Amino acid sequence: MKNTPIVGTSVPRMEGRDKVTGHSRYVDDMVLPGMLYGATVRSRIPRGKIRKITFAPAIDWNEFVIVSARDIPGKNCIALIEDDQPCLADGIVNHPEEPLLLLAHPDRHLLPKAVEAVSIEYDPLPAIFTMEESEAQSQIIWGADNIFKSYLIEKGDVDGVWQNADHIVEAEYTTGAQEQLYIENNGMIASFDQQQGLTVWGSLQCPYYVHKALMKLFNLPAGRVRVVQMETGGAFGGKEEYPSMIAAHAALLAMKSDKPVKIIYDRMEDMAATTKRHPSRTRHRTAVAKDGRILAGEIDFTIDGGAYKTLSPVVLSRGAIHAGGPYYWPSVRIRAKAVATNAPPHGAFRGFGAPQSLFALERHMDRIAQVVGLSPAEIRRRNFLKPGQTTTTGQTVNEAIDLGKLLDRALELSEYDSKKNKFAQKNQQGSRKKGVGIAAFLHGAGFTGSGERFLGSVVGVEACPNGSLRILVSSTEFGQGTNTALCQIAAEALSLRYEDVAIAQPDTHEVPNSGPTVASRTVMVVGKLVQSAALGIKNTLTASGLLSDPYTPEEFRAACRSYIAKHGKFRSLAQYEQPEGVFWDDEKYRGEAYAAFAWAVYVAEVTVDLTTYSVSIDDFVALQEIGRVLHPVLAKGQIIGGVAQGIGFALYEKVIWEQGCMQNGQMTNYIMPTSADVPPIRVYFEELGNVHGAFGAKGIGELPMDGPAPAIVNAVEDALGVPFHSIPLLPEDIFAALTDRETPETVSTSPRGNE
Amino acid sequence: MSESLRPLAKVAISLTVNGKLQTVHACPMERLLDVLRNELGLTGTKEGCGEGECGSCSVLLDGTLVNSCLIPVLQANGVSIVTIEGLASDGRLQVLQQSFLDCGGAQCGICTPGMILASVHLLNKKPQPTLENIREGLSGNLCRCTGYMQIFEAVAQAARQGAAT
Repeated sequence: MKNTPIVGTSVPRMEGRDKVTGHSRYVDDMVLPGMLYGATVRSRIPRGKIRKITFAPAIDWNEFVIVSARDIPGKNCIALIEDDQPCLADGIVNHPEEPLLLLAHPDRHLLPKAVEAVSIEYDPLPAIFTMEESEAQSQIIWGADNIFKSYLIEKGDVDGVWQNADHIVEAEYTTGAQEQLYIENNGMIASFDQQQGLTVWGSLQCPYYVHKALMKLFNLPAGRVRVVQMETGGAFGGKEEYPSMIAAHAALLAMKSDKPVKIIYDRMEDMAATTKRHPSRTRHRTAVAKDGRILAGEIDFTIDGGAYKTLSPVVLSRGAIHAGGPYYWPSVRIRAKAVATNAPPHGAFRGFGAPQSLFALERHMDRIAQVVGLSPAEIRRRNFLKPGQTTTTGQTVNEAIDLGKLLDRALELSEYDSKKNKFAQKNQQGSRKKGVGIAAFLHGAGFTGSGERFLGSVVGVEACPNGSLRILVSSTEFGQGTNTALCQIAAEALSLRYEDVAIAQPDTHEVPNSGPTVASRTVMVVGKLVQSAALGIKNTLTASGLLSDPYTPEEFRAACRSYIAKHGKFRSLAQYEQPEGVFWDDEKYRGEAYAAFAWAVYVAEVTVDLTTYSVSIDDFVALQEIGRVLHPVLAKGQIIGGVAQGIGFALYEKVIWEQGCMQNGQMTNYIMPTSADVPPIRVYFEELGNVHGAFGAKGIGELPMDGPAPAIVNAVEDALGVPFHSIPLLPEDIFAALTDRETPETVSTSPRGNE
Repeated sequence: MSESLRPLAKVAISLTVNGKLQTVHACPMERLLDVLRNELGLTGTKEGCGEGECGSCSVLLDGTLVNSCLIPVLQANGVSIVTIEGLASDGRLQVLQQSFLDCGGAQCGICTPGMILASVHLLNKKPQPTLENIREGLSGNLCRCTGYMQIFEAVAQAARQGAAT
């Protein structure tokens, strides 16, 4: 018998040894015989008709493989939600960096020059670049009204409340685009063979998304398309959808040249052409009682989707559902829409709409506190959701969460009250102003509403001929710890040792579709299925008389070997079934939006230097309830990493746009936090447990992205007494706000006065 | 091949890599990074940005930490290079490799080889670094996954275990 628990302990990362020795194989580390290198010719204008393409005569184009939209055997689209995004533009372009032509050559050094030598003449069309221009519909660039998707969430009687409200608090908040900035750029290798069909190897999150896109583009049956995930050097949502595009491009070149083709983006191409976090605008109008209770709210949430629909409807959905945060709204109306602009499509990035709408809400709570005359902590405490109450979609809070207690603990850990008093005194003089800020929030784990039911994910556990076990999932590892956590779950479920379980490389010829690796669903949803599939192996062994409880790992292995000797291949599959009583209405957007929510309170302490106008973070407390912590080191790593990305979102990472085109697509001028920038990030967990997830786990990956930005900007306001409504908040923004404020004050002290 | 695109002639370059003398034939301006990866098959050295910002391609050149994407291979003639593949010996992890594994210093792993070499370089200079020394010593190496804290812990743990010796 094995007595040591595996779940809840920090076992070694499954693929960690290869990562620290440099032996892990990422796509750019792979070379196939006779392989060509591919490159992409892209649109240099935001919108227009392609008049003429000229290939400069100085180059012998016979050496190059050239692919255009005409070479696509099936439908010219990247299949996702709607087939509106072409794989290669055909006659018209709708955003800068849109792929037009593909080139391949054996010498990759020649490709940049060749791409430059293709000149494209356009008949430009008027383009739009802001959400406001899109809403004004002066140009219709998508569908009938520039709107990719809209949702309406309604609860209670919103219209009847305003007259009796003691306060009505209104404000608008915006967030900017954010680049995922995984350190491994996107890349793919494709090979085509008449017998076996198409195979692609790449850096990606969702093998079956790529599989679906390739089937449609090439008109091939499922069995003739194979997608293999290589070790993936960071993703954060940025490798959810765009890898389908790159796989398609490599595959088109491979098919035309009859040779394997590798496409690896360089940093600038990756940053300019692939997806980023959706820019957003949120308008709040809130009716509040004298005692600070929220009576009703109208929330208008708009995101900029770029030129094609891609994932915008789903990002919008999550952003809209999270817009009410962890508070009780007796009445609320949330109008959400995703609009089209002539920029490269925006897409998935950790948090998926929630960091945007929660930034707005958590700034707005501080504003409400000021209007009512309560502290930021007290306004939150008076409005927290309690067990038995319902969320904005009418989902009843069933778990015993006590957000007031969570807040108290965060305040205590951060010494919030004493700091707030101390800073208020010290800020009277000197040029370094200090402040503290709070954000309280939640994040739903798993697909929204009916999503998991539609996915119907399948997971397999296989006994190998030597008696060891192998997990078969399309859920991918890209740093979060998928491999480790799923192996822990299977080993614990079967009372085996961690090293008795392995996980297969995600390969659509080998593993079932366990759904995409997104939405903080892997440990909670897929993990639960792994647990069931693993128990299926044990049940088969006991039913066939080969094993009886209790058993040693050796006895388990021997039983597997005997079963395989007798019956051959030994696999156990488990498919997702929606728990009973879960209700979701896709039409009205009401019901149980998520199987579980993770809850958190974060506290940031900042210093604003009035000489440089820069903000530094001195301390950061991240307290969360995420159900059972399966692996303390990995869980802590997820939180710290998410907080660091949140700091970048708040203070550093600004995409400079010109005519829909990113101007700062380099690590030199798009600034992410370095080791010198991050504060001490103190991570604490509360563990309530969760009935839906494996061993009580909830999703964790996205949660830490939601809280840092509002906590930090709230702290900046606490330090300076000036509110900020937009992120990223750069020193020049603070400078501008303080100088604007000082001007009227100067006027008012003049002899004439003006007030 | 088109004349305008033809690369320059190759030259012979001799350098010691992970203790082994190697001679490669490469164009003088070819990046050391590409020679290590493509000519010598040492793919543990990674490319993140190609302009010396991210530090993923860090290697030790005569004991100094360099971005191999910024070094023309000609400049590496006669030098001694250490890459991530040169740290573990006889299948045993170097102390820093083990501490990165223990402390959660590696997540997606793409910055890890460069980060570990930067840590080796730091501990060679400062065997008992303060937290500030660690922050500064690693500030040329970007990591998007970890938020750095667990990397700091890994370096501190390795220092306590005498990694520099």
